[in-house]
Amino acid sequence: MRTGVNDFALKLANVNGTGSASANGLLMQAIFRMGIPVSGKNLFPSNIQGLPTWYEIRVNKDGYTARALDYDLMVAMNAQTYAQDIREVRSGGYAMYDSSWPLDRSLAREDIHFLPVPLAQLCNEHFRDPRERILMKNIAYAGALVAALEIDMAIVEELLAERFSGKKAMRESNRQALRLGYEYAEQNFNCPLPFRLEKMDANDGKILIDGNTATALGCLYAGATVAAWYPITPATSVMDAFRQFCAKYRRDKETGRNNYLIIQAEDELAAIGMVIGACWNGARAFTSTSGPGISLMNELLGLAYYSEIPAVVIDVQRVGPSTGMPTRTQQADLMECAYASHGDTKHILLLPANPAECFDFAVKSFDLAEKFQTPVIMLSDLDIGMNDWVAPRLTWDDSYQPDRGRVLSAEDLERTPKFYRYSDEDENHVAPRSLAGVHEKGAYVTRGSGHNKLGGYTETPSEYQQVVDRLAKKQKSAANYVPLPKIARRAEARFGVITIGGCEPAVEEALDILAEREIPADYLRIRGFPFHKSIEAFLYEHEFCFVVEQNRDAQLRSLLILETCVPKDRVRSVLAYGGFPLSAKNVVDGILHQLEK
Amino acid sequence: MPSIAKPAATHPSLQRNQLGLTIRDYEGSMSTLCAGCGHDSITAAIVRALWEVSMHPHMLAKMSGIGCSSKTPAYFVNGAHGFNSAHGRMPPIATGASAANRGLTYIGISGDGDSLSIGLGHMCHAIRRNVKMVYLIENNGVYGLTKGQFSASADVGSKSKRGEPNQTLPIDPVMLALSIGATFVARSFSGDKEQLVPILKAAIAHRGFALIDIISPCVTFNDHSGSTKSYLYTRQHEIKATEADFVPPEKPILAAISPSGITAVTMHDGSILHFRSVPANYDPTDRKRVTDYLLAQQSKGEIVTGLLFVDESVGDLHEVNQAPDMPLVHVPHSKLCPGSSELERLQQEFR
Repeated sequence: MRTGVNDFALKLANVNGTGSASANGLLMQAIFRMGIPVSGKNLFPSNIQGLPTWYEIRVNKDGYTARALDYDLMVAMNAQTYAQDIREVRSGGYAMYDSSWPLDRSLAREDIHFLPVPLAQLCNEHFRDPRERILMKNIAYAGALVAALEIDMAIVEELLAERFSGKKAMRESNRQALRLGYEYAEQNFNCPLPFRLEKMDANDGKILIDGNTATALGCLYAGATVAAWYPITPATSVMDAFRQFCAKYRRDKETGRNNYLIIQAEDELAAIGMVIGACWNGARAFTSTSGPGISLMNELLGLAYYSEIPAVVIDVQRVGPSTGMPTRTQQADLMECAYASHGDTKHILLLPANPAECFDFAVKSFDLAEKFQTPVIMLSDLDIGMNDWVAPRLTWDDSYQPDRGRVLSAEDLERTPKFYRYSDEDENHVAPRSLAGVHEKGAYVTRGSGHNKLGGYTETPSEYQQVVDRLAKKQKSAANYVPLPKIARRAEARFGVITIGGCEPAVEEALDILAEREIPADYLRIRGFPFHKSIEAFLYEHEFCFVVEQNRDAQLRSLLILETCVPKDRVRSVLAYGGFPLSAKNVVDGILHQLEK
Repeated sequence: MPSIAKPAATHPSLQRNQLGLTIRDYEGSMSTLCAGCGHDSITAAIVRALWEVSMHPHMLAKMSGIGCSSKTPAYFVNGAHGFNSAHGRMPPIATGASAANRGLTYIGISGDGDSLSIGLGHMCHAIRRNVKMVYLIENNGVYGLTKGQFSASADVGSKSKRGEPNQTLPIDPVMLALSIGATFVARSFSGDKEQLVPILKAAIAHRGFALIDIISPCVTFNDHSGSTKSYLYTRQHEIKATEADFVPPEKPILAAISPSGITAVTMHDGSILHFRSVPANYDPTDRKRVTDYLLAQQSKGEIVTGLLFVDESVGDLHEVNQAPDMPLVHVPHSKLCPGSSELERLQQEFR
């Protein structure tokens, strides 16, 4: 049982569409401002109003902020899910609920403490407007938690002041509701609870940001001018954020004109088509989507691959197949993205683990797409993209120059006796391209049909093969330019653990737990595809490795087996794919179970 | 898209345009389409129109999808970039290309398979966005490369080469475009270069999306008796609604033409379009009357050709989005990136 300071997990069970997100975000933000390591996971339904939704907050002074699976405190605000929610409280833990109505006797548990707060009653007494009565219940339980957990009231008040600056009435209602809950808890419970908060300074130099916002910022800073998309959860907020940043930073103050063009396409086929068209003309363009969109984009990703046109695709993964669970997280688009499209195709993938990497890798996506004249897919996921993460402050190097790759200028073309699109390859097997509108000598027909190294149509086997063989070599060269894997070694490591993306916090915590139990293991997180040679070396260094990932079919493991020479039996899987962010317990249990075999 | 280079010889007496270029400078590789294909006549009209408007070859972008029609960008203006993309996807690719570089002139060549089946949605949305481009449908009612299946433009009762009648209702691109707000709608016939060249020139000058549906008989699979897309059938059933004269902006406008029966429309670039309406009271700027007239003629089995409708009052994709005059692709990165100090400032909100 966890007691003491800055180490507990809290779960809030709500009904979606009732305004709980605002109260829950307030709590998370206040804890962040108290300087304490914290994470917030929104487990929400694909629905607008009326279905169960949960928000989990984990506080950990040592910085372990992966999802916890046992809860010290449950705020049970949804009668539909009372039974399940109360069951999830760890023995000795607490459950706060709205005691305006009695709790069914069948829900009683001897081993936990109940914190009844008559939230509806309090709000009905103090607020008149029916909508306000519902909304303020959330702020009232937040107030009770401020008392129970010793959240800094001054910080909460400051947050309310910021949120409702210019909306005095709203601010007043919120303050009042906060006080109602706070005072009720102070008067009726033994506050603080055995676990509570205390200010730290662990968040100096850090920000609270979701991955989609960071991705949008990366696209802004990389200089993307054209963006095309089709609305889809959980990627929509990438474009929402990009639009907001563009409105702020890309509107020419003198002319009022926009140095960007965002197109809401008719579908994802069109979205990727627009990106390819814009990139064909030399712009930096991107689309943001999720798995179903990637499925639709497969056709044109092959066109861009074969005709060698840059394109940046942001895939914020969700649970598939088909519509799947649109508001739940998974890492199951890996295989699809690696080899997207018919025929022999292979792409460059970037695999960020957190919002800071979303920012950096978004920029990198454009550089690599243009350098290698090919699509680059950045695979984020719902957990990284839509949850707020404590991240190191983003930095920007003002000396950054976009890598536009090999693009011939009018002068270059003037000097060239005759331009052939797919000739004159460099050490990375990239041939220079020409853009429309630059020089007549650069003119050629871009085609997705068979072409030879001169750019002409061909159906001749040797000419066709010459081009696709170069493409394979080109893709392989990119292994030296994608972000290197992150590796952490331990003395006496018995095996390696390999993972990707948002699994990182859970895996790192799991490896610490295992090390404490004298099962030390080395760690490697893959950050790009094609695989850098150090990944194969890591695989061979260990008698065996576990690959931890969030999909049913062990897609990363398959990719490692396909793309390296490592024997199958040296790579084992730990999988979690139910749709919720990974917990250290999933990893520890998964590894121990297999070690015991 | 196989192609064969043409011999480079040019006759010294060939006329030159304002850029000093002859018509041969607007040609492409030798066509590999069937002898007598309507598409080749359209290519010849495109070459003529581009030469007449003195288009800088490298400022043209030739966009296409997949199909017989989509092969044709290789057959005109060798000095222009072309993009022979994927079946039905040319409209979004052209839209993205235009978004990035509004400085180019876009000509999209597609067919009835490309535009009315696999890419129907894309075409409609390009029309809605009023992407500034010339959009040709080389319409023959069949799939040629896959050997003669009916397309979505085949009329009910029209017979295949084997004699089987089509039983599925056709999509008429002209009526469709009018119904979703297209700002330039024309229909022509590949066999009528006289009509097509001025329409193409007007389409180039148009402010937004210019749709030209061109009946272009397929000599191999759809030129037999019983077909409603054959040369003979089209000639027998065509009626011309308008005859268009295109007056480029730099030429003085002659007021001498008799005003009776002539409608003048000022194009976005200042050029003037003169319509001589063949039926009395045909007004190519009145969407409702145009639609009514076309429906009436259609019910009589007549194919109305000419520049049928034009509206120069609607802004294109760039205007609607308040894009700068400078093509986005030319805006330097320094103007696009807010820099480190702004990132620092912005992040004060992320706490």
